[in-house]
Amino acid sequence: MRGLWFWAVAVLLVVGGTLGTRALDNDFFFYAGYVVLQFVVLATAWNILGGFTGYVNFGSAAFFAVGAYTAIALDKALSLPLPALILAAGAASGLIGLGTGYLTLRLRGIFFAISTLALAVVLETLVINWDYVGGATGSYIIPPDEVFFFDNFVEALFSLMLLLAVAAVAVARWITRSRIGRGLAAIRDDELAAECMGVPTLKLKLISTTISGAMMGIAGAPYPFYVTYVDPASAFNLFYAVNAIAMPMIGGTTSWLGPVIGALLLGSLQQWATVSISSELNLLLVGVMLVAFVILAPQGIVGLARRFLDGRRRL
Amino acid sequence: MSRPILECQGISKRFGGFTALDTVAVEVAEGERLGLIGPNGSGKTTLINCISGALPCDGGRILFQGEDVTRIAGYRRTRLGIARSFQIPKPFRSMSVLENVAIPLEYAGRGGGDVADEAREILRTMGMDGLADSNAGSLTQIELRKLELARAMAARPALLISDEAMAGLSGNEVDEILDILMRVNAGGVAIIMIEHIMRAVMRFSERVVVLDAGRKIAEGAPEAIQSNPDVERAYLGE
Amino acid sequence: MFTADLLLNAVVAGVLLGGFYAAAAIGLTIAFGQLDVVNIAHPAFIVSGSFCAYFLNDAYGIDPILVGVLLTPVYFAVGVALYSVYYTSFERHGEESLRGLAFFFGIMFIVEVLLIMSFGVDYRLVDTAYIGESIKLGFIGLPYRLLVPFAVSLAMAGAIYLFLSRTFTGRAILAVSQDRLALRLMGADPVRVKQVAFGLALATTAVAGALLIVIGPVEPSIGRLYIGRVFAIVVLGGMTSISGTIVAALILGVVESLVGTLYGPSWAPAVAFGFLLVTLAVRPAGLFGR
Repeated sequence: MRGLWFWAVAVLLVVGGTLGTRALDNDFFFYAGYVVLQFVVLATAWNILGGFTGYVNFGSAAFFAVGAYTAIALDKALSLPLPALILAAGAASGLIGLGTGYLTLRLRGIFFAISTLALAVVLETLVINWDYVGGATGSYIIPPDEVFFFDNFVEALFSLMLLLAVAAVAVARWITRSRIGRGLAAIRDDELAAECMGVPTLKLKLISTTISGAMMGIAGAPYPFYVTYVDPASAFNLFYAVNAIAMPMIGGTTSWLGPVIGALLLGSLQQWATVSISSELNLLLVGVMLVAFVILAPQGIVGLARRFLDGRRRL
Repeated sequence: MSRPILECQGISKRFGGFTALDTVAVEVAEGERLGLIGPNGSGKTTLINCISGALPCDGGRILFQGEDVTRIAGYRRTRLGIARSFQIPKPFRSMSVLENVAIPLEYAGRGGGDVADEAREILRTMGMDGLADSNAGSLTQIELRKLELARAMAARPALLISDEAMAGLSGNEVDEILDILMRVNAGGVAIIMIEHIMRAVMRFSERVVVLDAGRKIAEGAPEAIQSNPDVERAYLGE
Repeated sequence: MFTADLLLNAVVAGVLLGGFYAAAAIGLTIAFGQLDVVNIAHPAFIVSGSFCAYFLNDAYGIDPILVGVLLTPVYFAVGVALYSVYYTSFERHGEESLRGLAFFFGIMFIVEVLLIMSFGVDYRLVDTAYIGESIKLGFIGLPYRLLVPFAVSLAMAGAIYLFLSRTFTGRAILAVSQDRLALRLMGADPVRVKQVAFGLALATTAVAGALLIVIGPVEPSIGRLYIGRVFAIVVLGGMTSISGTIVAALILGVVESLVGTLYGPSWAPAVAFGFLLVTLAVRPAGLFGR
């Protein structure tokens, strides 16, 4: 997508979406929309480390939850405004991404992946034992009654998440077109060769984990205000980890567009499914789709579309 | 003779209980063409892995242009001027040939001009500019070998290590690669050539080093090496 | 206060538990250590084995460990099938890393959700004649629910060790992890051998699952606590060595038991991951690796 087109669509979406909240009265749309947009951020974040760099993160829930709990802790302690909470959450998650990466990125990709699982387990245990944020029983957040410009707080959160989603995609797109992105792609294709070509593989991998982690934390920061009740079981839920992997792999991992398509498609499907079928069946479908796509369509939907378009061009 | 561009002093490398390199000492002068030969498993690839930084060595020092690079990361050594090609080509399969060459140019080539133009120029010297936009995963064997060399050259090295670039190629293709390496050397780049194709190594090298079972067993002019009984014994066995 | 007999009991319990951990990890030593297949769904299959044992024990009163043993052919077949899919889709093309991991992650997830859909999220347990009883040696208690799995685990590990070192197929499995060409020259098909190996790895989960539910109650997502443990054990044990796995498992069991006694049980899973990280940082070849 040419730069101008991209930014035009981006601005249109954000402005249109924000103004549109006044036009639409159906709150369900905003509740569901928030979740889908949240997954756009999570899927995009995961893909920066997964699709762009080739390192699998199984613990996306950990980074998401760190963002959520940082917001809770700082809200309780200092009553900071939401934008400040978001920045703090991003910083906290980014730091954790950096730390995990520093400890494990010198090893094979599989050990990094397992460490992310380890991280999720350890962090969840820490939070369960941390009474200040409610421990295992969780904590309540009271969102404000009145909000500037919007009819209610959900619409404000929706617009906020819309802005964050567009920003996340813009960052991903910037990465793919930058020198860093080319270096990450080289690492993904053949890390040893990349190192021998002068690519500082460890440094770039650390940048990738930090950005990815920070983005996931940012996605998690508004979550407590959205659900109003947060407990470790819901924040650290495997559901986030699976979706963060399934959406980019189904959408397509090599471009910034894949996670967006995967999140919009799978996210909307799940929102529809939660009202029609059981939540377990919903989860089962995610797992089955992930496995099916990984086996049958490894390039994802974007890959399928490319092959289709290439085929037509030859005719 | 001026100071050597590369000095390997007493390089040792062990894998568990297996000694792959045992206090190997090799020197390369600026602009020199050095052949590195030895039977399979003698440690040639391990040695260049240690020189390029892909493997840490267990003992010894590596000096490049007078600087001790023994503990320096691989990517920094490439930026200092050591480049290598891989025995089994390792192209970046999601990228085009041009993009493959652009990576080392951007990250190690130290050039000031337009990356795409410089990359095309390098491909032109290899006779590959027609393939610039082809996907790197779709190349033939000789094209892959040439891409390996093109990428190594894009790093603008002072020392190029070619690891069996001609293995498995036809007679004409071997000559093609030989020509490329000669041209590269004419530009002032020192070259270490690892090969099993004897006629190529002997024609190409000014000096030959022979490894066997991790040790250097002979060193000298090509003719001397060819008539060296120790070398013959190493290849043919007792 | 932490008296000697409290700590000693913790150590003994740790040893017994460690024996079970060896049974849980041994399949992964084969799959991951020897075949280099990153099956993170391994613990999920163990849990499925637990639920099979629960179901048949609850419905027909069959001893759970017997169920585990009887189900090994079924799990073997599933393992062969799973590896065939993995090989055809990923390994053959050399694209194991990202896709292979995502594949097994998806499988793990599917197994867990299917268990939740079939059995719900509550803890299940089995009841046999020996659970609840224990032997007393002075002040040391040896509960049967730990002792019996310990014995069965060591028996299974011993059987696998003999199989790998004495039979042709077993030695072929050890060979395939080191030199595929040599294997071809021996007249064996590497893919076939790997299928058998992976099938064997998964067959162990049937027995390990049964042992797990004898030790304590099981719920569908408990497998996640074991991912760290089994990988830590395989790495610490040197990846390919069966005896290494056993020793590493015993060490982990004892340390976990002591940490749990001194600092509380919620920290036990973190111990395993701590082991893994430290091993990888300090001595990646593990205790018995080359």
